[in-house]
Amino acid sequence: MNRLAPVAAVLAAGLLLWYLGCIGLNANGVIERVLSDHPGWTAKDLILACWSMERPVLPAPHQVAIDLWTSLVDWPLDSPRNLLFHAAVTAQSTLVGFVLGGLFGVLLAAAIVHSRTLDRALLPWIVASQTVPVLAIAPIVLVILGSLGFSGVAPKAAIAMYLCFFPVTVAMVQGLRSPQRIETELLHTYAASRLQAFWMLRLPAALPFLFPSLRVAVAAGLVGAMVAELPTGAQAGLGARLLTASYYGNTVGIWSALVLSALLGLTLTAAVGALERIVMRRRRAG
Amino acid sequence: MTELRRFLLGALMPALLLAVGVWIFVPVPGGEGGPRPALWVALLVLLWLAARSLRALAALDGHAALPSATAALFGLWVLYFWQVGVTAFDVPRVLLPAPSAIALAMVGQAATLARDFVQTVLKAVLVGWVLGSALGFAVGVAIDRLPFLQRGLLPVASLTSTIPLVAVAPIMVMWFGFEWPSKAAVVVLMTFFPMLVATLAGLQAAGRIERELMHSYAASYRRTLLDLRLPCALPFIMSALKVNATLALIGAIVAEFFGSPTVGLGFRISTEASRMNMALVWGAIVVAAVTGSLAYALLVQLERRWAFWHPSVRSR
Repeated sequence: MNRLAPVAAVLAAGLLLWYLGCIGLNANGVIERVLSDHPGWTAKDLILACWSMERPVLPAPHQVAIDLWTSLVDWPLDSPRNLLFHAAVTAQSTLVGFVLGGLFGVLLAAAIVHSRTLDRALLPWIVASQTVPVLAIAPIVLVILGSLGFSGVAPKAAIAMYLCFFPVTVAMVQGLRSPQRIETELLHTYAASRLQAFWMLRLPAALPFLFPSLRVAVAAGLVGAMVAELPTGAQAGLGARLLTASYYGNTVGIWSALVLSALLGLTLTAAVGALERIVMRRRRAG
Repeated sequence: MTELRRFLLGALMPALLLAVGVWIFVPVPGGEGGPRPALWVALLVLLWLAARSLRALAALDGHAALPSATAALFGLWVLYFWQVGVTAFDVPRVLLPAPSAIALAMVGQAATLARDFVQTVLKAVLVGWVLGSALGFAVGVAIDRLPFLQRGLLPVASLTSTIPLVAVAPIMVMWFGFEWPSKAAVVVLMTFFPMLVATLAGLQAAGRIERELMHSYAASYRRTLLDLRLPCALPFIMSALKVNATLALIGAIVAEFFGSPTVGLGFRISTEASRMNMALVWGAIVVAAVTGSLAYALLVQLERRWAFWHPSVRSR
C-alpha cells in the first residue's frame, strides 16, 4: 500500500495532464471545425468537444480506451480489425526471435569463455556493437531475406533475434566468468572436466547476469519486430498498424496501437521476470 | 619478442602471401562462369591459415595492445573474405555488396551522406540528446527533496525501458511535422527516462559517512548537493549519457522510417533499401556506426577526465 500510493498518484497526475493537454492541443481545431456552426458556445461545450473530437490532435484517454475495447470485443480474434490479432502477430515474431537469439547468445558466450581466440578476436566487436545503432541494419536484413524467398515470420524473427543476442552474449560472458578463482580451483581439485565445471559452477553463477540481459533483449526484440513490420507489404502486426493509422490520419488508431504495444512490452518483460523467479527459486531450493 | 617474430613469420606471413595470391587470381566478376576448383581449395586453405594466424596472435602475451591487435586482425580478415568471397562467387549486389563497392558508394555520394549526417546527427540526435538528458537530469534534481514523487516516478520511469517508445514517431510527425524537430522529440522522450533513473540513483549514491560529515560541517542542502552528492552521481550520469547516445541514434534513425523529408540517415537507409541500392544503404549504416562509436569513445574520455577518482575508472 505504501509503495502503491505514490505510483497511483503519479499515474493520476499523468492522466490529468493528458486531459488538460487534450484541451490545449485540440481547442483550435474544435473551434474551427465543430463549434463554428454553434454560435454562442460556452467553455463547457469547448471542453466536452475537445474530449470527443473525431480526429483530434491528441485523443482523450477514454477515446483511446473505447477504441481499444471495441476493437477487442466487436471483432473476432482472427480479424485484422482486432488489435489483439496484430499484437499476437508481433508477439509471435518477437518470441521466436527472442528464443533463438537468447540460445545463440548463450552458446556464443560459452564458446567465447572457453576459447581465448574468440575472446580476443570476437568479443571486442560484440561489445563495440552495443554502441552502434544495429537496428538500422533491419531494412538490409529484410531485403536479403526477401530476395532469398523468405517472408512472413522469418525476416521479422531474424531481426528480433540479432537484436536479442548482443546483450545476452555480453552479459553471459561476464556471468560465466563471475565464479571466483577459489571456486574454479576447488572444481579443479575434484578433477572436474570443463563440461562439469560449466554445468555445476559457471552456468548457475551466470544466471543472475542472464535474466536482466534477457529483459533488455525482449524489449529490444519487440522494437525490432515492430520496425520490421514498417516497410510496405506488411499487412499485420502492431508496426504495420501504426503506419497505416498514421497514413490515414487516424490519431485514435495510432494511440491505441501505441498503448497496446506498450502493454505487450510490459507483458513480455513480466513473463521473463516470472521465468526468472521460477528458475531462481528452484536454484535456491535445489 | 621471439614469440612475436615466430607469429609474424610462422603464422601471419603464409596467410598473407596466400591472401595476396588469391586476390590477384580472383576472376573478374561476371567472367568465366563460376569459380574454379583451384580457387575453392585456395580459399579453404586460406581460411585455415587465417584462423591459425588469429589463434597464434591471441595466444601471445606481454603487451597491452595485443588484444586489440587480435580484434583488428579479425576485422581485417572478415573484410578480406567478404571482398574476395563476394567477388569470387559473384554474389548479387542486392544480397551483399563488396566492401570496395560500399567504399566507392560512400566516396561517390559523400555529399549526400554529409547532408544526411547533418540532418540526422547534428540536428535531430544532438538536439534531442541534449534536451532529453538535460530534462531528465533537471527533473531528477528537482524532485530530490520530494520522496513521495520519487517513489511514484521511479517505478514508472524504469518501466518505460520495456516499452517501444520509438513507436511514438508517427504522433510526433503529426505534431511537429516531417522535419527534424519531430525526430528530436522522439529522441527527447527516449533519453529522458534513462537519465531520470540514473540521476535519482546517483543522488542516493553518496555514503552515509560522507553525508554525516557534511552535516557536521553544518553544510546547507545546496552545499551538500553541489560538493558531495552531484560529484558522487557523476558516474551514473555519465553512463546514462553513454546509453542515451546509442538510444538517440536509434530513435532518430527509426523515427525517419516513419516519415521524413528527403534527407537523413534513416530516410536514406529505408528508401535506398527499397530501391535495391544496397551499397549506399551500407554506406549510411557505416556513417551511423562510426558516429555511435566515436560518441561513445568521446564520452568515455570525458568520464575519465571528470570522474577520475571513481573506482570503475581508476581500475582501467
